[in-house]
Amino acid sequence: MIRALLWILGAVVLGGIVHLATVLAMPRAANQDAYSRLEPVTPANSVVPLAPPTAEASVMPFMDPAFAAAVCRYDLANGIVKLNAPLSQAYTSVTFYTRNSVAYYAIDDRAAGRRAIELDLMTPEQHSQVPEGEDVTAADRLIIESPTRTGLIILRALAPEPGLMPMARRALANAQCRLGPVQ
Amino acid sequence: MRLLFGSCFALLLAAAVGLGMTWLTISRGVAFGTMTVGAWTAWPKTGSVDIDPYARATIARTGELPLGTGDGVAFYARTDDSGYVLDGRCTFTISGTTPTARYWTLTLYDRSGRLVANTLDRHGFTSTEIVRDTAGRFTISVAPRARPGNWLPTGGIERYVLVWRLYDTPVGVASRTTKQDPMPAVARKACS
Repeated sequence: MIRALLWILGAVVLGGIVHLATVLAMPRAANQDAYSRLEPVTPANSVVPLAPPTAEASVMPFMDPAFAAAVCRYDLANGIVKLNAPLSQAYTSVTFYTRNSVAYYAIDDRAAGRRAIELDLMTPEQHSQVPEGEDVTAADRLIIESPTRTGLIILRALAPEPGLMPMARRALANAQCRLGPVQ
Repeated sequence: MRLLFGSCFALLLAAAVGLGMTWLTISRGVAFGTMTVGAWTAWPKTGSVDIDPYARATIARTGELPLGTGDGVAFYARTDDSGYVLDGRCTFTISGTTPTARYWTLTLYDRSGRLVANTLDRHGFTSTEIVRDTAGRFTISVAPRARPGNWLPTGGIERYVLVWRLYDTPVGVASRTTKQDPMPAVARKACS
């Protein structure tokens, strides 16, 4: 009897370990996460508009239909990424995600000020290669460190009314995301 | 022989317990760092690097991208204030005031996050679209058939989820108490 209870206890403890291991492994094993869905349809390091969600099809679940959206799938292997997103008339935001869909930075039009959101995206190693004197320019170009080499930048512009959707799309169409030298 | 039987049994039980718990927590969602106001629940930490492992696993499986914390916060409702499950064949009203935010949007999805087809092609409202009364309050009718005022069509589906997204807001970042942030009330009216 005691021996059977010991077997069950051991099994439950082992089950707990299996549970924790599978939860932690899930983000790496997933083949339907946002990055995997966008990888085949978007070239690296350029801004691609995302199709608006409809009842029939949606690139990702739970997309906000009031927004025009575009994505820049980045790969920092060959340099840093320079992002320039002009502001639309209503609300514009840029959110940075790691390869595993963790939102590590987000900025909206009000926080960015001026007429465009301008950012330099680099890995911590690339950031450490930026010469000391160059930090002076950091005042007018925001530097963001990406925890992963690849990831997603989602640019979104609000259409406060359905009729303003073309305006929001035009604003995003002028956004740029391109590879730059580390210096 | 007995040792072999015992270890086989233990390994099978371990696999069942472990995988079962993982499946349950990922498909139902685990409540870490939730912020609940009436019928509405938000997970502000999901939009930051402080996201918990369960939310990471859920997001990896569904393929959605959470709203970043510097962008806004999303509140989800699956029931009304008194616990009735949101049913697309019934009429629910959403009324009251919203927390401080520059813009907000309200969207109706099915349980897997897809928009619901309807004749108007309307899937939600934004804060600028909504019709308000003289005191600045609003009432939204979520119903299968047309209503006067702010009508959000359900398409007659059985179960749906309402998502209230607040953009450029201090909610979730600064506020800790729920009293500071009154969310609109959700109430069930007639069922057809």
